[in-house]
Amino acid sequence: MNGNDNYIVIDKVAKHFGPVRAVDEVDISVRAGEFFSLLGASGCGKTTLLRMLAGFEAPTSGEIYIDQVATAGVPPHRRPTNMVFQNYAIFPHLNVRRNIAYGLREERLAKDETRRRVDEALELVKLPGLGDRSANELSGGQRQRVALARALIKRPKVLLLDEPLGALDKKLREEMQLELRALQQSLGITFVFVTHDQEEAMTLSDRIAIMSQGKVLQIDTPSKIYNSPVNIEVADFIGQMNFIDAEVLDNKSGRITVNTAGLGKVTVPGKGNAARQGDSSIVAVRPERLFLSAKAPEKKANCVQGTIKTTAYLGDRSHFYVDVEGREKPVAVAAQEAGGNEAQSFELGSKVWISWQDESLLHFARD
Amino acid sequence: MSDVSYIKRPNRPLHVYALSYLAFLYIPVLFLPLFSFNDSIYISFPLKGFTTNWYASMASDEPMHAALINSLKVGAVASVIATLLGILGAKAVTRYKIFGQRTVVSTIMLPLVIPGIVMGVALLILLSRIGINLSLVTITLGHILICVPFSMATLMARFEGLDSSMEEAAADLGDNAWWVFWRVTFPMVFPGILASLLLCFTISFDEFIMAFFLSGTDPTLPIYIYSQLRFPQKLPGVLALGACILVVSFFVVFFSQWLQRQGEFGAAGKGDHA
Repeated sequence: MNGNDNYIVIDKVAKHFGPVRAVDEVDISVRAGEFFSLLGASGCGKTTLLRMLAGFEAPTSGEIYIDQVATAGVPPHRRPTNMVFQNYAIFPHLNVRRNIAYGLREERLAKDETRRRVDEALELVKLPGLGDRSANELSGGQRQRVALARALIKRPKVLLLDEPLGALDKKLREEMQLELRALQQSLGITFVFVTHDQEEAMTLSDRIAIMSQGKVLQIDTPSKIYNSPVNIEVADFIGQMNFIDAEVLDNKSGRITVNTAGLGKVTVPGKGNAARQGDSSIVAVRPERLFLSAKAPEKKANCVQGTIKTTAYLGDRSHFYVDVEGREKPVAVAAQEAGGNEAQSFELGSKVWISWQDESLLHFARD
Repeated sequence: MSDVSYIKRPNRPLHVYALSYLAFLYIPVLFLPLFSFNDSIYISFPLKGFTTNWYASMASDEPMHAALINSLKVGAVASVIATLLGILGAKAVTRYKIFGQRTVVSTIMLPLVIPGIVMGVALLILLSRIGINLSLVTITLGHILICVPFSMATLMARFEGLDSSMEEAAADLGDNAWWVFWRVTFPMVFPGILASLLLCFTISFDEFIMAFFLSGTDPTLPIYIYSQLRFPQKLPGVLALGACILVVSFFVVFFSQWLQRQGEFGAAGKGDHA
């Protein structure tokens, strides 16, 4: 047990609202200085969990430790956490300077010291000189920055962010993502970030906890979550995925041989997988891990022929939906745009070959 | 004609209707100042001549001054207490989960629909049973009773419009409940508090029925005016007084509307990122 690796410990925390289990026995450890995201669809319990960290809700059971101190019974104003609210909660009756200085009341600073701290905070969020603006004169992006400055001026151990970029338009959101990440890295403060936007979570986070129906499904780095999802639900939630019905033929020395509906007989890496002969299972593969070609690949293994059913042009890449025998849903294949490559020339109805590598396939037991 | 949208195009019949509606509302009231300058004790056309005597006589009308001061006292105390109760009640029903919340709100709102005469008689019986002498205090109690629902209605709207994340943000930034109230809740609902004070004061100031049952030897202004109507020669003086009240009311309403507009920041900032 290392204090740095267990800066925030969420120990079997549950929150029930009447019969609803908003958060259901969750265990999470967040490292010091980490950018940690709680990712999930609305109603998965991520915001409730964040509010329990802030002290706005008390866990029904379980305990939360922040920097090795138990937080049970500690009210929000006594916690070493500060929050950036979804709607920013900028006080409309105070100007920007007073909003940012709000949390300094207890420190009883001299006037010019307060002024210096506020200017510093404004500098930090790139709003220098805006201190005397009224709260109502701010744009969405500026409100977000003021909310950030107001929380950071308290020098919290943990900054909690509740979908702070949700209200911004796409361009601004992407800009703020980069800034937020840079800010977090330069300050070294632990960020706990709630979002339903998987791209945002992927871009920003050191690690992500995927939540669904009050439970944590997987806690991992973005690339681990994308490339090695622990179950079908995570695989389905993150990115696009082809799911193919399969039946296990053999499982030995870490390789599972399955018969699939559509891709034929394939071999899947499956270390420690308990699949047994005759089990009904699912093989999953990302669209960008499949390759399209007009001619049959030289090796006859790991390929199948199909017909282009639909295409979707996405600018940087195209998605082709290919009908294959033995499968009702077409297989999605992504092809990167690379300057007039072959991918573009597949026409609807044309015959193509899909090929793949064993390592690209994932194998899941049926739930 | 293409510079106005379909829904905003002018509509003449509606203009006529609006004007006649305003005339119906205000022309009778305007007779008050008109006859208050008329040099005759009889309220009838044709007008006799212009005089300010009726206003001059008000200056020396000691009983009227006493009644006015009584009304101001009762109005001030009743509006402050009713608004305090309204703040507590409105905060309770909008911020906390209370058992039987709807019943509580309906019970508080009940005096709105109970006829004043029933309330007046009921209070009179109660007070005489307990043995409390009728005075300005009993009128004030009655007025608090009828003002609280209005105060609650005004303030509940204000508290509901106050985003609870504002109070959470204040708590998150280090304020306990006391400071949260004074630094965020109070300033943000302040326009509502002022509106409630003005509304309650106005209601108390012109309330007649409760005051009629509950007044002792000190009359409030409406009771005094009513008592003067028995003497025809006093009528023009009452008209002059009425005209004064009209002008003051106009400014009070104007002022409270202006305050409400000043206070609109309380709701701003909610709409832009709903």
